[in-house]
Amino acid sequence: METLEFKFSAKKKGTAKKRAHVGVVGSGDLEVLLEPLDTADAQVRIRTSVPGFSQQWQAVLDRFFMKYDGAVAIEINDAGATPGVVALRLAQAAEASE
Amino acid sequence: MTTSTEPLSSVHMPKRRDSFIELNGRERALVFCDLDSWRELLGPFDRLESPWLLPQNVTPQADDGCIVIKGKIDGVSTVVVSMEPAFQGGSLGEVSGAKICAALDLACRDNENGIQTNAVLLLETGGVRLTEANLGLAAVAEIISSLLSLRQLAPIVCLTAGTVGCFGGMSLVAALSSYMVMTVEGRLGLNGPEVIEQEHGVEEFDSKDRALIWAIDGGEQRYATGLADALVQDDVGEIRQAVRGLLKAGVPSVYRSAQVDLYRKRIAALDTAQQFNPEDLRKTWHRENTK
Repeated sequence: METLEFKFSAKKKGTAKKRAHVGVVGSGDLEVLLEPLDTADAQVRIRTSVPGFSQQWQAVLDRFFMKYDGAVAIEINDAGATPGVVALRLAQAAEASE
Repeated sequence: MTTSTEPLSSVHMPKRRDSFIELNGRERALVFCDLDSWRELLGPFDRLESPWLLPQNVTPQADDGCIVIKGKIDGVSTVVVSMEPAFQGGSLGEVSGAKICAALDLACRDNENGIQTNAVLLLETGGVRLTEANLGLAAVAEIISSLLSLRQLAPIVCLTAGTVGCFGGMSLVAALSSYMVMTVEGRLGLNGPEVIEQEHGVEEFDSKDRALIWAIDGGEQRYATGLADALVQDDVGEIRQAVRGLLKAGVPSVYRSAQVDLYRKRIAALDTAQQFNPEDLRKTWHRENTK
């Protein structure tokens, strides 16, 4: 197990209108819990069953937050999802929270 | 002139099946409730997850793989419990067990207070979660106790649609419920095929032989031998219809679990010197001979 925490600066409050839950902690998949925050940044906490991939997580999140500017708290429970699946789930959570 | 209100484009379209099996646990629970009548109890944002998984290097899920929806089906208050098939094989842990138990107890209390409340259990589960074995076993006992109280007051419909099936301790829950609904893809059995093979060898039961497994544990066989009350296609509409029909039928007059003599006689009458095949068993234990 590994727990990772990341912070990103968020330009906008209110991008996320409501909280959103997508995905399942099943093999090769992950669960995303996204909640709107009233702060100036976005927080991400990841718990993953596959340790040693913090650089890859950083890269996937960097890419997501290049476009996404909402002040949100994101919790990820990961069961070995590939970066592609992670990116899709993040996008899905962002959409579901609009 | 046609009086149909269907849009023209859909009239000549071949009817496609709307798969239930492809839905996740939460989506499955929601297909049953009347529109906008439901709310989720102890959902993922309540973060009631299992405390036993992290120390064993397993990622927990925020709802512990158990979704509880309180809503209305055909206007009648109903609690729908769904085990998430993709999380740990739909297994039952301390938290998911307590959620199911509490849901059944609350339904029981509502009924006692004059509010008719039925239950639907979507059992896609390999049984007790091995990483929380003792607590899972205790949870099965508690669920059964709650279920036996509730089933006197309101119908409890169980559904096993597949593809996980319903095994282990949770198969006891299914067997004690008011009604059992299965699809052809669904399976129901106490010991799963891999467990039998592991304990008694491949000659006893080949867990790779899918045709053999489904001929014994599969929905078609379970229905034909009277161990399930309805056999449905993997179709949301058909499954919803079957569950609603059984809820309307109310509390059954005879439970399978009360027919001890019948099932004892069935077993006693079997000549175990010869190898039975599933087709023979279907004739000997035909569902028409159940009552």
